[in-house]
Amino acid sequence: MLMFGKKKKYASIPGENAKKDVPEGLMQKCSGCKKIFYQKELIKNLNVCPECGHHHQISAYDRINSLFDEGSFEEWDKDLLSQNPLQFPQYEEKLEKDRIKTGLNEAVVTGEGKIHESRTAIAIMDSRFRMGSMGSVVGEKIARAIERARKEKMPIIIFTASGGARMQEGILSLMQMAKTSISIQRLHSENGLFISVMTNPTTGGVSASFASIGDYNFAEPGALIGFAGRRIIEQTIREKLPKDFQTAEFQLKHGQVDKVISRSEMRDTLGTILDIHGYGGETVETSAGV
Amino acid sequence: MKQVLEFEKPVIELREKIEELKAMTKDSDIDLSDEISKMEERLAKLENEIYGKLKPWDRVQIARHAERPTSLDYIEQLFTNFIEFHGDRFFGDDEAIVAGIAKYKGKPVTIIGQQRGKNTKDNIKRNFGSPHPEGYRKALRHMKQAEKFNRPIITFIDTKGAYPGKAAEERGQSEAIARNLMEMAGIKVPIICVVIGEGGSGGALGIGVGDRIHMLENSTYSVISPEGAAALLWKDSGQAEKAAKSLKITASDLKALGVIDEVIPEPLGGAHRDKITQALSISKVLDDSLRELEEESETSLLEKRWEKYKQIGEVQSSIEKVEV
Repeated sequence: MLMFGKKKKYASIPGENAKKDVPEGLMQKCSGCKKIFYQKELIKNLNVCPECGHHHQISAYDRINSLFDEGSFEEWDKDLLSQNPLQFPQYEEKLEKDRIKTGLNEAVVTGEGKIHESRTAIAIMDSRFRMGSMGSVVGEKIARAIERARKEKMPIIIFTASGGARMQEGILSLMQMAKTSISIQRLHSENGLFISVMTNPTTGGVSASFASIGDYNFAEPGALIGFAGRRIIEQTIREKLPKDFQTAEFQLKHGQVDKVISRSEMRDTLGTILDIHGYGGETVETSAGV
Repeated sequence: MKQVLEFEKPVIELREKIEELKAMTKDSDIDLSDEISKMEERLAKLENEIYGKLKPWDRVQIARHAERPTSLDYIEQLFTNFIEFHGDRFFGDDEAIVAGIAKYKGKPVTIIGQQRGKNTKDNIKRNFGSPHPEGYRKALRHMKQAEKFNRPIITFIDTKGAYPGKAAEERGQSEAIARNLMEMAGIKVPIICVVIGEGGSGGALGIGVGDRIHMLENSTYSVISPEGAAALLWKDSGQAEKAAKSLKITASDLKALGVIDEVIPEPLGGAHRDKITQALSISKVLDDSLRELEEESETSLLEKRWEKYKQIGEVQSSIEKVEV
């Protein structure tokens, strides 16, 4: 039905967002089941697909809101900024770009808050910032949070989301694995509680340091967890890996995680564990006692 | 055949020529001693020129040299009564890591070292020096034993990295390394780590947390291989030479960054030129480290180990920045 004469035909060039097939900001397509949802609906459901249960990325602050008693969170060391210790080309520009993109100063947010009235220290990594990679600042903030938890006799919960070490900080980045693991050892030596929750993705240097040595290692459903990247392994062993390789469920099967916990059950489960460990707060009864 | 590195070709060629001339004079009456001594002078000058200003990439080549001495070479040179022990008691024995007990100048020690192969067959047995989780678990078992019997631990680091394989993932490569980092923090005996070849990322660090970290002059220690970094950053593994420079992976770089304690000098051209001299210079540094660490109490040993790693890294507070 042409009302204004023949319409010119233009070749359409797909833009950045065309892959998503849906308008930015309003609708979102689930990368699990490919169904389209109102973004509001997804956000209300903690970025978990109501249809297939796929756990989408969630920002550090959204996760804090989903976990802590209202208004109880207090942030630590927000002022720490990364430098460019190796004078690595373009590193500062990349940091600045991610600061603007995410509104975060670095790839981890640390602090303390209350979960069902139990006071706990926390570190939450955010993979939108430099793939959640661990450079000096990420290592320092996590180590400081663990030290503070130890000194103040608080438990610590760390949510990991990281591609591994931050290449642009070279060996200093590698040494953050040692720094964070040593502070975990110090905490363990005083019987402090450390709960590690691995979210998508937890690989490389983060997986091979503090993330794997919790008193409890948990994982979010479907999270990619592993040491080496899939492509590298495939190139090394010259065979195709199964689809579920290095997923949370794979790690559960291979004895590397204690439990896979969905986002909607995270707050209550953590609350119960803190309570069982005697960190006060209110008991969330999940089953009938004696 | 001897492995010749690209940058040292002029030296090797000249050296061969001198050998030829020497052989000639032996078999005939012609006196070439003048020429030979002149050429030897030139050789010395050339060696100083070439080996005196090695680029990071040249050092990578030396660190990977097929004839570079391995952990077992140094164990043979430095210790007496070495007995190797096997197995992690969970799964198997990983020959990419050797572990055992010996005496160092009369005193008992535990030794752990990553072990490359000397030839193809040996390399297959040793998995080219890339450990599986059982290697790290074997190492930890021996460290715990060293702690129980109160003897210092010496580790030799020489690996391209922990093995990125399917079975390694299934058996918890991440956990094995992570546990070692954590446990090494609390081991109540001195731990001295020496990087003798390649220090490949987490795989190296898995036996590399200690009270003293030393590196041979031409060894490297990096978060990622130069080839890997180039592939990730510039989608071109051919730019590895550039990445080797940017990543700051040489012993002197790490010393400047405050990550390691001593740079152990190598014979001109690299450790493979003279492993006995090399072992002697390692021994000198080991003596100092052991003497210093023996004086520490358990508490101060662990506290200082923590302090050592605590200060690594560069951070800036935005608040302090404003005040300045």
